[in-house]
Amino acid sequence: MTDQVWFPDKFEPADVPYELFTEDHRALRKSVKAFVEKEMTPNVERWEQEEDFPRELFTRLGELGFLGMKFPESHGGSGPDYVAEAVIIEELANSGSGGVVADIGAHKDLACLYLYNFGDDKQRERWLDPAIRGEILGCFAVTEPGAGSDVAGIQTRAAKDGDSYVLNGSKIFITNGAWCDFAIVAAKTDPAAGSSGISLFVVDAETPGFTRHRMKMLGWRTSHTGELVFDDCRVSADCLLGGQAGQGFYQIMQNFQWERLAMALGQSQGAVRTYEMAKKYSLERKAFGREIGHFQVWRHRFADMATKIEMTRALTYHALRLFVHGVPCVAEVSMAKYLSSETAFKTADEAVQVHGGYGYMMEFSAQRAWRDARLGPIGGGTTEIMKDIIGKTLGL
Amino acid sequence: MPVTFFTPEHDALRASVRRFAEDELAPHADEWEEDFPDWVFKRAGELGFLGLTYPVEYGGQGADYFSTIVFAEEIGRCNNGGVALGLAVQSDMATTPINKFGTHEQREKYLAPCIAGDKIACLGISEPNAGSDVMNIETTATWDGGEWVINGRKIFITNGWRAHVMTLVAKTKRDGQPAGHSLFLIDTDTPGYTKTRKLDKVGMRSSDTAEIVFEDCRVPADALLGTEGEGFKHIMWELQGERLIGALAATSGAARMLEMTIRYAKEREAFGRPIASFQAIRHKIAEMATLVTAIREFAHYTAYRWNSGEYVVREISMAKLISGEIGCQIADECLQIFGGAGYSSDNPIQRGWRDMRVNRIGGGTDEIMREIIGKMEGL
Repeated sequence: MTDQVWFPDKFEPADVPYELFTEDHRALRKSVKAFVEKEMTPNVERWEQEEDFPRELFTRLGELGFLGMKFPESHGGSGPDYVAEAVIIEELANSGSGGVVADIGAHKDLACLYLYNFGDDKQRERWLDPAIRGEILGCFAVTEPGAGSDVAGIQTRAAKDGDSYVLNGSKIFITNGAWCDFAIVAAKTDPAAGSSGISLFVVDAETPGFTRHRMKMLGWRTSHTGELVFDDCRVSADCLLGGQAGQGFYQIMQNFQWERLAMALGQSQGAVRTYEMAKKYSLERKAFGREIGHFQVWRHRFADMATKIEMTRALTYHALRLFVHGVPCVAEVSMAKYLSSETAFKTADEAVQVHGGYGYMMEFSAQRAWRDARLGPIGGGTTEIMKDIIGKTLGL
Repeated sequence: MPVTFFTPEHDALRASVRRFAEDELAPHADEWEEDFPDWVFKRAGELGFLGLTYPVEYGGQGADYFSTIVFAEEIGRCNNGGVALGLAVQSDMATTPINKFGTHEQREKYLAPCIAGDKIACLGISEPNAGSDVMNIETTATWDGGEWVINGRKIFITNGWRAHVMTLVAKTKRDGQPAGHSLFLIDTDTPGYTKTRKLDKVGMRSSDTAEIVFEDCRVPADALLGTEGEGFKHIMWELQGERLIGALAATSGAARMLEMTIRYAKEREAFGRPIASFQAIRHKIAEMATLVTAIREFAHYTAYRWNSGEYVVREISMAKLISGEIGCQIADECLQIFGGAGYSSDNPIQRGWRDMRVNRIGGGTDEIMREIIGKMEGL
């Protein structure tokens, strides 16, 4: 998977600048924050109840330029600037709806990123440019009923037939998949070739033979996560991402790094938001004549939460720093993804606990934070997979 | 030029501290289990390690704070926590107030020989009835006939058995009235200064820890360090630096143990294959690697801000808390992976396990850290 070796004496590289954020990034943060507070947060409760949100949110994000941080101006973006993207991810996490943020992330950090990194000019022009404007929505489909993190084990087949490929198989847990306009789909073009026989295709949603339906989930209920079915779905060879078959596995492995880092950034900030919500409640709610947050046990538990959140963010920023400066960071990204999921979920569990009975009631958002955070240790590669990867980078 | 965390100069310093720790100290780790010789201070002084950030005028290196981080991270490679602790108290705890608050004369008299390793320093804060609650210490310094008369007891004083000078915190009194806390520099051979006990400890055994009694110990007016009545503030500042160094030391100690454990797990076989190839062990190690990286990055981030002049009490308290807690978890998991070998006295892991435990107590306990953090969070 990688030739990079993590070892306990690996320190900050002497050639990597320590500061991540510039004045421009701080200004961007302010404007994203203002947008989230004005156009997202006030609607989140309603969206959650309706288990839906308007597609127009994507066009708004596109108008404001918030979908284009990783892409150059030639495609309508303002980058590539991954630190700016980190700012967007952190601020969107403050909206408090895991599902909305997940759909946006699947669109910009998966579908768009695959198109930009591996698509040819025609493919970028056809799908990426309108996607950055938020006019069409994309998703990324690898996971299947029988294969998730072991990408080489997927069963979906893309059989070459003249000038086209015929797709057969199904994909599940595909974030943004239930209402996407196009999907980046991993399929086997050469089943005998193992991981070298996988290719990625861009499939328009109206292509005959492509159907999908939405899945019911524990959390992320505003997300349009779906199951995609390909039944003799015929696409032209122009839809093969990058134009060369057999590259899919390596393309996926390469993009996993940003996907996981994006999750780590979102989760670290999600934990901050949940913590603040829980602390605020602990200073309103009284028991035995005083605010429960002022009891020593809760004071100490909040101190532990705040400490672990800060520690998690320090690790995540470390991985981000290495990533943006091109230093190999498979171990650090996997560590950040795993630790941030754990920290975010534990924080959410404490938030439910401090709310007591109200924490268990659907009318309070603590339960939602808890349900949404439970996805962290599963999505984008489970915690167990992360530990296997970290172990491998240590030569174990 | 964008600011990097470490520079090539730091990398060179790291290599030289590592050589000192591994070549000159580590071979004696077992032999020094109960005590280590004074020449270690002298040698560290010769190499310039005791005054990395202090002014060149007093024999220091005039380097930046990151040099201190490098030293704290590498000196643990001597495999004997007590040695590293003794040196850290000398270089970054007992002497920092002398450099920050001392007069030119005090710095010449005490700081310069401490930097050279000719004098050994200790720090007198804790008492039988007051540790982290410095406000409630009972040792007094009474102004009497142009001199200070000190009475009281200090306990858990690292380097206290062999020290030549103590940086002391006492409550000052003038004309029978309390006049706040103040710092003093006390020569340990002053009449009335008695080392009453060398304390026996579960870990950090090579480091000498003493109980000190002051009985009508008279020191001249110029023994006062810094501003009279400002001693509480002075020592709170010192404690921030001490806790940060403690966090870095715990972090590097944990990294060192993990390094030994990874090596061992790859060599040691069970059921016909290296134990590292078992998934349960691999995942334990992956968890430890993650936590070590996280506490290191957090300590570095905190140090970066401290170096920029920010008074980051919240972050320092957090770094101190989490590095001690995770350090102890890691020490215990490492000992577990070493199995019976780890439990044997000739294995550095058991010493690391015992040594690490002090990090949750010394320099302010976990509970005190949580109090500080909780209060700063408005709770």
